Amino acid sequence: MNFPKELRYSKSHEWVSVEDGIATIGLTDYAQHELGDLVFVNLPEEGDELTAGEPLGDVESVKAVSDVYSPVSGTVCEVNEELLDHPEAINESPYDAWLVKAEAITDEEELLDAAAYEAFCEEES
Amino acid sequence: MEKTTPLYETHKNSGGRMVPFAGYLMPVQYETGVIAEHMAVRKACGLFDVSHMGEITCIGPDALKLLNHLLTNDFTNMYDGQARYSVMCYEDGGCVDDLIVYKVRKEHYFIVVNAANKDKDFSWMKAHEEGDAVFTDISDTVAQIAVQGPKAKTVLGRLLPEEHFPARYYSANFDAVIGGMKCVISKSGYTGSDGYELYLAAEDAPTMWKLLLKTGKEDGVIPCGLGARDTLRLEAGMPLYGHEMDETITPLEAGLNFAVKMSKEDFIGKAALAQKELTRTRVGLKVTGRGIVREHMPVYQGNVQVGITTSGTQAPYLGYPVAMALVDVAASHPGTKLTADVRGRSVEMEVIPLPFYSETRKKA
Repeated sequence: MNFPKELRYSKSHEWVSVEDGIATIGLTDYAQHELGDLVFVNLPEEGDELTAGEPLGDVESVKAVSDVYSPVSGTVCEVNEELLDHPEAINESPYDAWLVKAEAITDEEELLDAAAYEAFCEEES
Repeated sequence: MEKTTPLYETHKNSGGRMVPFAGYLMPVQYETGVIAEHMAVRKACGLFDVSHMGEITCIGPDALKLLNHLLTNDFTNMYDGQARYSVMCYEDGGCVDDLIVYKVRKEHYFIVVNAANKDKDFSWMKAHEEGDAVFTDISDTVAQIAVQGPKAKTVLGRLLPEEHFPARYYSANFDAVIGGMKCVISKSGYTGSDGYELYLAAEDAPTMWKLLLKTGKEDGVIPCGLGARDTLRLEAGMPLYGHEMDETITPLEAGLNFAVKMSKEDFIGKAALAQKELTRTRVGLKVTGRGIVREHMPVYQGNVQVGITTSGTQAPYLGYPVAMALVDVAASHPGTKLTADVRGRSVEMEVIPLPFYSETRKKA
């Protein structure tokens, strides 16, 4: 299981990296492993408002649908449209397959660093 | 506390992700994941532990008469080793369960029932025992391993002489020996692909499992979990108790007419089935819009709700999402455009003929 040091993590298993005021959000390696093979993603649109701790969209595996929670409050400025046709990219490379980027960040959830998140995942499993 | 099958330790040691199902801890998938397991069955071969299923014998001079009274299909005129799918109904026509009956020989039948319904089924059978025939629950002594996929015959062929294979689909050899282990080999399955189901002594299961994996390694055999079992049966358009049928859904509504012999003298549920007008029926749906349609989603034709989905998922081999639903008869014809309400989002679907996929049906 991979936990890149430069990212921060939510307890609902999203990763976020903030650069120049823009937050890039994705699902963690632990999340994709637990969810299994993903077959569909439902993402917000550019301009949609995100609220920290609230669902931003959902992903579906062959088994179930799961909400994806936004780690930040802000405005969606870019959506990874490639995932709509290739949701399996999240399984293959969860830290490259970002879901959305958000700007005008006003708030964020309590986020963990890589070490704390890894420890949290160990407790969960 | 969940029960375990004789293969529990084997699954854990080979990376099976164990989840509770029907009172058992079962592997939902292995490290390869549901889609790879699904594709292995369509293109090579997959191995399933289905030892949680229930096995019940019906033995005695009146066994045939008893089964014909209790079940919807007709078991007269079966040859030794032949299998027949059936439903067991309540008096009101609802389903107690669906099951498979094998004729072992005269006055001796072997019945396979759903794991989740095993106790309920057995109680119902015992309550309706009549004449000189006895039902016995032998589930705890029997393991079941399904070997499914186009390479199933190749794999088993390395271990069993050709003349010991059951010749026809839905028949079995009750006296097979594989790797020195006595077993029943049945040409049947719940995947839509060719394959076999083995019934054997519980204590032999781990040895048989390892033997099949080792023997089939060069053929691409991998262990598969219940996740793939569900996507495979769904892609094959096969009904599952608790979804496409239950105590409130009759076998005729579920489209299982082939297994309901209304011309039989009498059977439990016949009067109710004969009387009830068919207003809804099971259909196959291809999702043409964006999204996965799962069970219990309302189905609309225009603005009018015409039914509800009973199962649905992405069909990995077909490459598009499919669902099954119970809909008004008027909305059940192939080509009918419907929508599903997927958590507030309307997703377009089209009624298409069942099965979505079938290798066994094509050849039958």
